Amino acid sequence: MFITATASSVVGLAASEGAKMPLIPHIPELIFGLVMFGILYAVVAKKVVPNLEKAYAERTAAIEGGMKQAEEAQAAAAAAKEQYEAQLAEARAEAARIREDARAQGAEIVAEMRGQAQAEASRITESAHKQIEADRQQASHSLRADVGRLSTDLASRIVGESLHDEARQKGIIDRFLAELEAGDIRPEKVGADAPAGQDA
Amino acid sequence: MSLTALAASITSLPAAEGGEGFQPPTTDIFWLPLFGKGDWAITEQMVWGAIVTAFLVIMLLALSKRAAVIPSKGQWMLEGLYNFVRNGVARDMIGTREFLKFVPLLFTFFTLILFNNLMGIFPLAMNPVTGKIGFPIAFTLVVYAVYHWIGIKRMGLGGYFKHMVPEGLPGWIVPFVGLLEFITYFITRPLTLALRLFGNMFAGHMVITLFVSAAAYQLLDGGAALKALSIPTGLMAAIMVLFEALVQFLQAYVFTLLAASYIAGALADHGDEH
Repeated sequence: MFITATASSVVGLAASEGAKMPLIPHIPELIFGLVMFGILYAVVAKKVVPNLEKAYAERTAAIEGGMKQAEEAQAAAAAAKEQYEAQLAEARAEAARIREDARAQGAEIVAEMRGQAQAEASRITESAHKQIEADRQQASHSLRADVGRLSTDLASRIVGESLHDEARQKGIIDRFLAELEAGDIRPEKVGADAPAGQDA
Repeated sequence: MSLTALAASITSLPAAEGGEGFQPPTTDIFWLPLFGKGDWAITEQMVWGAIVTAFLVIMLLALSKRAAVIPSKGQWMLEGLYNFVRNGVARDMIGTREFLKFVPLLFTFFTLILFNNLMGIFPLAMNPVTGKIGFPIAFTLVVYAVYHWIGIKRMGLGGYFKHMVPEGLPGWIVPFVGLLEFITYFITRPLTLALRLFGNMFAGHMVITLFVSAAAYQLLDGGAALKALSIPTGLMAAIMVLFEALVQFLQAYVFTLLAASYIAGALADHGDEH
């Protein structure tokens, strides 16, 4: 069997004419290896790597651009906030100013109203006074007439005859009243010095 | 060759009782000429590499064509991949000042290596393009040229070599460190960069092929016990496919990361390289 094996190996070796020791390169393969490398290298260096690197650069730029955009947006937001705050402060100041104005105006209105009310009150008081004066005057006149008539009636009853005409003619009553007002005549009780018998 | 034969004879031992011996996959599974013969044959890996490159060119152009500030779903997915290289590798390794001009280079490395690696688990291909050392060498040559060119352009030829030796070392040690650094810059780095990628893809494909072919052999040619054993073997193949997916992504990332690190080293001012 040793012999068979050896023989077959030998036969196998003989059959494969051109076969070499594994460590001896087959020259066409070596050359073809270089060609393969050359072709693939050309393609990779000229097309594949530049394409991919371009995409990478664009990707980086896109990310950086996005970040820049975000920063800009942030800055814009900050500016808007500042503006808003400024406007808010302005609005507050204006509101305070308006409130102040309103207060002043209110005070003015109150004062004005008070003046008006006072004027009105004094007007009403005055007219009331006048009215009262007029009423008093009128009452005084009618009272004077009444008093005159009453005293005349009284007197005529006492005297027994009508004194009306005579009294009116002579202006006795008016004169008496005038004297009374002037204080020349002291009011006396009718029955004070007259005899009690006269009265009955 | 005797090692392969020995391995083959060992694995074929238990199967021998069932009839024909099991033939484990040899490194010949990587030799897949389509057109032509010998040294100038066009191999299947080259065709898959061309398909991957065309697919990447079309997809990257389509997804980045209308790159916009607000990404489409396609652009969003492309950006995820692109940002992984741009920010996770280029910017972190090279620094914010100068990383951008190296992004195309690193993104090309990452996508090209990742998708060529993924051909190892892509159902129609099931063969990692980068499992053929010619491709890792080609990519490494580019890295090699780029970081030396940057270093010499930055510091001048003399300055570049001077920059390899850290400052403040005792005089007698400088030649030794200089030699070590020279070897690192000119031999170790490119060698490890290419071999790491190649080795991972190569071994991963070998392991998957081994489990798949073993499972097939156990199921088709084995006795009852071997037929039963084909289930865990097949399961193992599936697990290895998932594991390979992780390794394929990881190796594309590691290659890109180291390329960025070498570029950063060549860009760095004297002293703060490490």
